[in-house]
Amino acid sequence: MSMSGDMNTIGIGFVRTEQAPTLSPPASTVGVIGWVRANLFAGPVNTLLTVVGVYIIYLIVPPLWNFFIANAVTEGKGRAECLVEVPGACYPYLLARLQQFIYGFYPEAERWRVNLTALLCFGSVAWLLIPATPSKSWMAAFFFVAFPVLAYILLSGAFGLPKVATSLWGGMMVTFVISIVGIVVSLPLGILLALGRRSKLPLVKLFSVIFIEFWRGVPLITVLFMAKTMLPLFVPEHLAPDQLLRALIGVALFSAAYMAEVVRGGLQAMPKGQYEGADALGLSYPQKLIFIILPQALQIVIPGIVNTFIGLFKDTSLVTIVGIFDFLASIQSSLTDPVWATPWTAFTGYGFAALFYFVFCFGMSRYSKFMEERLARSHKR
Amino acid sequence: MAVTEMGTSSSVRKESRSSLLYDPKVRGFVFQLLLVVAIAYLVFTATTNAIENLKRLNLASGFGFFANVSGFDITQKLIEYSASSTYGDAFIVGLLNTLLVAGIGIVLATLLGFVVGIARLSSNFVVRTLATWYVEIMRNIPLLLQLFFWYVAVLTPLPGPRQSLSFPGDIFVNARGLFMPAPIFGEGAWMMLAGLIIAPVAWFFIARWAKARQEATGEQFPVFLTGVALMIGLPFLGALLSGFPITFDRPVLKGFNFAGGMRVVPEFVALLLGLTLYTAAFIGEIVRAGILAIHRGQTEASNALGLRATPTLNLVIIPQAMRVIVPPLTSQYLNIVKNSSLAAAIGYPDLVSVFTGTTLNQTGQAIEVIAVTMLVYLTISLSLSTFMNWYNGRIALTER
Repeated sequence: MSMSGDMNTIGIGFVRTEQAPTLSPPASTVGVIGWVRANLFAGPVNTLLTVVGVYIIYLIVPPLWNFFIANAVTEGKGRAECLVEVPGACYPYLLARLQQFIYGFYPEAERWRVNLTALLCFGSVAWLLIPATPSKSWMAAFFFVAFPVLAYILLSGAFGLPKVATSLWGGMMVTFVISIVGIVVSLPLGILLALGRRSKLPLVKLFSVIFIEFWRGVPLITVLFMAKTMLPLFVPEHLAPDQLLRALIGVALFSAAYMAEVVRGGLQAMPKGQYEGADALGLSYPQKLIFIILPQALQIVIPGIVNTFIGLFKDTSLVTIVGIFDFLASIQSSLTDPVWATPWTAFTGYGFAALFYFVFCFGMSRYSKFMEERLARSHKR
Repeated sequence: MAVTEMGTSSSVRKESRSSLLYDPKVRGFVFQLLLVVAIAYLVFTATTNAIENLKRLNLASGFGFFANVSGFDITQKLIEYSASSTYGDAFIVGLLNTLLVAGIGIVLATLLGFVVGIARLSSNFVVRTLATWYVEIMRNIPLLLQLFFWYVAVLTPLPGPRQSLSFPGDIFVNARGLFMPAPIFGEGAWMMLAGLIIAPVAWFFIARWAKARQEATGEQFPVFLTGVALMIGLPFLGALLSGFPITFDRPVLKGFNFAGGMRVVPEFVALLLGLTLYTAAFIGEIVRAGILAIHRGQTEASNALGLRATPTLNLVIIPQAMRVIVPPLTSQYLNIVKNSSLAAAIGYPDLVSVFTGTTLNQTGQAIEVIAVTMLVYLTISLSLSTFMNWYNGRIALTER
């Protein structure tokens, strides 16, 4: 005790009164070096993984760059120019075939009709998907009721517009027609089936369950084969639908089953109080659904609907197998054209097709993710 | 009020009629009746139309064609089959081919998918980015396009048999497929086979015994290592006892093609590659979601108990993540089975290609052929999901 007193009086003891300035963290844990150490070379295993990963990138990226950009042939009139020793993409082939990739054999003079339909379609879809736009319900009514009629008149021809047989349709146009018809038919049908599956009426429920499980249990190809070969047998001869319509029916029924399961998820996620509240207000069943349940349930499942649409968009390529000239079929048929037959044509064509599908599907999946985050935020309050 | 005051018989009847209209039971009955009538009408018209159309087109009906001679050969067959076999045989050949490619595809896609899913969560930037791009690219390009790519762009332009790419172990790759040595089992090979069968059975019982012992005494037993040792050791022992009765039939270039050995057709390789790479991307996302669903606290608690990284993963994370992973994994397995039908596009002789394609074209019996095909897929789908539900129930959380 006396010791400490002594120390104080002598002045050996030293207590610092202000904080020492904060030292910056060691250079090896922050900034670029810190990031590299934590993410690339955290240990022997990690370093090995980095080396293997870089080697894989080295195996994949430079050849792709060389093929599609460095060694690509950009000008030419036939296979002679594209027949190069070093592998390189043949862009003149894509350019020469581009019109067919987009429109198929649609008559050149009438292609403005396809363009107009596409403009209407993409415009209204964008309107529906962008959260900030007003009067969504009017737009939805237009897209699901008026637009299909308008598109039918424009594309196949009526009221003075010359008729264009569906056998002339092709390329991206058919891909979009099938996917848009698929979503326009399958969404309402899917809602009905989902409601049916949750219905208290046993027969309605049974029918919905059987319908949904049947289509979900079989591959789309068999559905398309069924639509192609079996459907015409079930209708009178003079009513036999044309090839494209058969595929459309198959795709629509198939995706309705998947859509029903998505919508059912939304209906199940609704708190019971919403149903009971609507009942307490004395609303009838249709009123309850239209004003209370569906607006909320459908909003929850927007990401699910978009994901189903991505699946549908990819699956439209299967109509190639039953002989419909969609985008993939137009690529496939262009490969056998002797004018452009080189060892690199297939890679060029498939690369272009992959880019087309990737841009659309990736874009939609980003959108679905964005909506998911937005919904999660609004649910947090 | 007004009704009771008036009290006339007509208004009473009116009220009872309107209450009948608003009676949910009556309404439900009427709705269901309408549905049944509508479906019955649809089925009736479809049937009469079908009968008429069949008569007009002069098509046979019934399943008698199963016993007719098919007249076409199939490139890949797991059972005896030739052009003089029946359509019934062709059906079985196609079905077995579907099951073969789907079965191998499920195993490979699961392995690759788990690797991709774990890589997506890696702390290593390069590995994480690679896995992310793999998933995004594979998921967003249609499977059919990928199959065309592998088959038309990669496998078909391979050199002919004379310029085959050769790999160590007498493996040759050329435009006609993949050729490799085929094992021939001589006398006494049953001993090896017995070893192969006994090993997993022994593994199963050792695992049970080890679990019981651990629960009773707390002592652990290296079950996995023992199991692997048994799987390798017992067949080897069998081979040793019987004096290595295996010889290999090596593929040899004779004239313009290889003779002998085992041939895997390029269509099979393309389909398997496409199915595996495509589905692995989806499985990877499922695995990632499953692992992310396990709360960080589980890892921290396990570390606090003194478990290292590997036991934490094996004993704490994976058993819990499996509960989240299994249901969506089942639907991916079903997708592999269903997507294997894309074989029809590249000419691999699966069920759809052989039966719904060739057989339907030759017999013209669309209704029967398509009904049978769909029934097969429905049966596979339903039985696989039943099995997975059973498995799911087994690993589900047991609550007291």
